[in-house]
Amino acid sequence: MQIPYTVAERPDTGVFNAKLGIWLFLASEVMLFGALFSSYILLRTGALAWPHGYTILNVPLATLNTVVLITSSITMVMSWVALRNRDFGKYRKYIGGTVLLGFVFLIIKAIEYGAKFEHHLYPSENTFLAIYFTLTGLHGLHVIGGMIVNAYFWGPGSKMWVTDPERFTNRIEVAGLYWHFVDLVWIFLFPVLYLL
Amino acid sequence: MSNTQASNGAHARIYVVVFVALLALTIVTVSLSYLHLSVFPSVLLALIVASIKGYLVSNYFMHLISERRLIYAILVLTGIFFLSLIFLPLSHFHDRVG
Amino acid sequence: MAHVAAVAHTGNHHEHPLGFLQKYIFSQDHKVIGLQYLLTSLCFLFFGFSLMMMMRWQLAYPGQPIPFIGGLLGEANAPGGIMLPEFYNQLGAMHGTIMVFLGVVPLAVGAFGNYVVPLQIGAPDMAFPKLNMMSYWVYFLGGVTMLASFLMPGGAANSGWTSYAPLSVIATMGQTVWLFGMVFLITSSLLGSINFIVTIVQLRARGLTFMRLPFFVWSQLVTSFLLLLAFPPLEAAGVMQLMDRLAGTSFFMPSGLVVAGEVMPYSGGGSPLLWQHLFWFLAHPEVYVLILPALGIVAEIVANNTRKPLWGYNSLVYAAIFLGFMSFIVWAHHMFLTGMGTVISTFFQTTTMIISIPSVIILTALFISLWGASMRFNTQMLFALAFLPMFGIGGLTGLPLGLAPTDIHLHDTYYVIGHFHYVVAPGTIFALFAGVYHWYPKVTGRMMNEFWGKFHFWGSLVCMNGIFMPMFVQGLAGVSRRLYDGGQQYAHAQGVFHLNEWMSISAWMLALFQIPFIINFFLSSRKGRKVESDNPWEATTLEWATPTPPPHGNFTVVPEVHRGPYEYSVPGHLRDYTPQHQPEKA
Ligand code: HEM
Ligand SMILES: [Cu+2]
Repeated sequence: MQIPYTVAERPDTGVFNAKLGIWLFLASEVMLFGALFSSYILLRTGALAWPHGYTILNVPLATLNTVVLITSSITMVMSWVALRNRDFGKYRKYIGGTVLLGFVFLIIKAIEYGAKFEHHLYPSENTFLAIYFTLTGLHGLHVIGGMIVNAYFWGPGSKMWVTDPERFTNRIEVAGLYWHFVDLVWIFLFPVLYLL
Repeated sequence: MSNTQASNGAHARIYVVVFVALLALTIVTVSLSYLHLSVFPSVLLALIVASIKGYLVSNYFMHLISERRLIYAILVLTGIFFLSLIFLPLSHFHDRVG
Repeated sequence: MAHVAAVAHTGNHHEHPLGFLQKYIFSQDHKVIGLQYLLTSLCFLFFGFSLMMMMRWQLAYPGQPIPFIGGLLGEANAPGGIMLPEFYNQLGAMHGTIMVFLGVVPLAVGAFGNYVVPLQIGAPDMAFPKLNMMSYWVYFLGGVTMLASFLMPGGAANSGWTSYAPLSVIATMGQTVWLFGMVFLITSSLLGSINFIVTIVQLRARGLTFMRLPFFVWSQLVTSFLLLLAFPPLEAAGVMQLMDRLAGTSFFMPSGLVVAGEVMPYSGGGSPLLWQHLFWFLAHPEVYVLILPALGIVAEIVANNTRKPLWGYNSLVYAAIFLGFMSFIVWAHHMFLTGMGTVISTFFQTTTMIISIPSVIILTALFISLWGASMRFNTQMLFALAFLPMFGIGGLTGLPLGLAPTDIHLHDTYYVIGHFHYVVAPGTIFALFAGVYHWYPKVTGRMMNEFWGKFHFWGSLVCMNGIFMPMFVQGLAGVSRRLYDGGQQYAHAQGVFHLNEWMSISAWMLALFQIPFIINFFLSSRKGRKVESDNPWEATTLEWATPTPPPHGNFTVVPEVHRGPYEYSVPGHLRDYTPQHQPEKA
């Protein structure tokens, strides 16, 4: 039994299965983060007083983290380009770099969290910190998820490059779409939580 | 995936340009926040910059720009529901009795 | 996650025999997964119903010890066999949760969708078989989590299936477990819905254009979109409620909340209404998730047993799509009593009235399809025929709930309970029964017993109405829902209180009438009459073109479609049905 269109595009829809699947998944992610953004707006507009993010949070560290995540996005897309150029060595370097940058992001995030806890700023302090920790925590989980996937494709998963290179390239494209989405969410989180 | 080496090279160059633009916009948005504008302009500016960055990421890194109609249709649908999820509760909170 | 989405079946051309575990437990075959869903969700349905049977005792005979099982419930729940109000609340919340999220949806989508959709579109399997298997097991995990919540200190969740804050935030431990259970169930639904959409869009057989899809497939497609886009906000809300309960945040906790004379230790600043918005953003589309697959099943059975094409196939399809779309912007009709201003309330009343139009179109088209037909009154057709007026009653009684002036009086009364149970119980559940009788021969190669099927039908029909019709009367008299003594202590309930006994007896009778079904269901797979052909109902859609039961991979020849789904009694054709894969007229 063979499931059609796992590699090739279906002529009338123009996509292969996993491509459609990942976009549907991202659509649901938009609704997930959308609900949290909606909550943020409601809580903020309903609040008597709302602190500016930069009075509580560490903007320089978060800016650094933005740069880290953007950089990881370009290494991710470069790893896909490398595969399309049939350059497996380069692919390994780029995808490995993406995973490492994910680590760096998480370490910086952990430093930020640690500094908050040191000053006894917990989620229960006020609704600003509540939504800050919830949104960044959920985003952090998405980063971890993406890192696991990318690490798999860097290591054991990359065996498929030998058996089925087309399909492997597709997989990296799909993994990339997810990773860029995680970057995209951060691009909105950063100003909303830190700068406004 | 019938792209030739040359067009992949062209893509790689576009990606680098986008990357630089994203870095620049990050600096812009951070600097704007140091101006300490009042709420409305600062929210507006921050959202504009973030949207441009979002546009760049989705169109180039996620190559939406050359994606199929089917994908667009799904995203438009999601966009509509996303907006209703944001604005309908908000309008309830502004139109309350008691 | 991206990785999972990318994984698809690495096709094994030569069917090497699979071990027991791979074949029946961790199977990736959509038919086995469908059956797993079927058996599991039927068990949950029965369990949810059993909770209700205990509650019905308390409503009919408040304060009297429950016979037979009263002693087994434990001193903490029912001292001396007499149900405590706290326990009643747990049963009510869990009845709603289990029926909706563990019973009907997994049965309608997980079981019927999984089994039938790939067959009807001529696909060898679902697009992502591993994802499909995961979706079942995550559902199973969610179910076990929900069941385990009864063992928590303070028992299961007791804030209703709606889990309104702030009550739910300060509720006992069971609520935390409920939230974790919901996170599992939502994850399972997401995996499933992505799989369904990709399967239907990508794996249709050659020639099977969208407007040739059986209506059942359309109903599953729209349903999947609802699950995909409506569930995530509830997941977000669930995470926030978990934060409120575990990390002490105040997303849903207002400032200065005082409970039992004590100021609650929350920083405040949150909004209970926020929970309601996020909850109903899911829960309204959810009611269409409960009804659309049922409409799909009924449409298949009506066409097959009237031996006529469905009347207005195109309008059915467009109505279903429009219904799905509109269902995202009507949710706040559940919130008219939250101090809503006139502008926003008018908006939601208008959208609610608009959404009733496509529902009426679908129902009308199905009714007109009956016109002038020489029908076959087999069991599935009886259930399908009964579905139509039952769903009609449920739908029509919903209109006054969608208009604020009337809803203000009817809100949270038994009228509401009556209304939505007409939709989901003699409505959806009947359609699901019909589906079981209809597809049983394809799955097992044997027929279910017709006599006991009809017995099951007539008994269920009478009892269902016996339970739910009086609810309208009670509700109009003003009796509130969620009262643990059925309103005994209220003056306005005195005139209608006696109906409770009658309703409860009907509920227990309903249980008795399910016994022949259960026996028929299991016994017929061994002893039932063998089908003579692969297409015992002489149907037109593709699932009947497979061997019986369909093997792994489904079709022996890759099917190609040449016509629409319901070519029954076409003039000039030899037989009164022309299967979709039949090339020329015959
Ligand atoms: C056929 C047998 C059923 C009977 C006898 C029954 C009976 C009831 C009754 C009497 C209540 C009100 C309890 C109260 O307010 O104290 C109730 C609530 C409810 N039922 Fe059912 N029901 C049945 C089937 C279903 C099905 C099939 C579903 C869903 C698909 C369902 C979903 C619900 C929900 C969501 C509630 C509201 C729970 C709450 O208040 O939080 N029921 N049921
Ligand atoms: Cu509703």
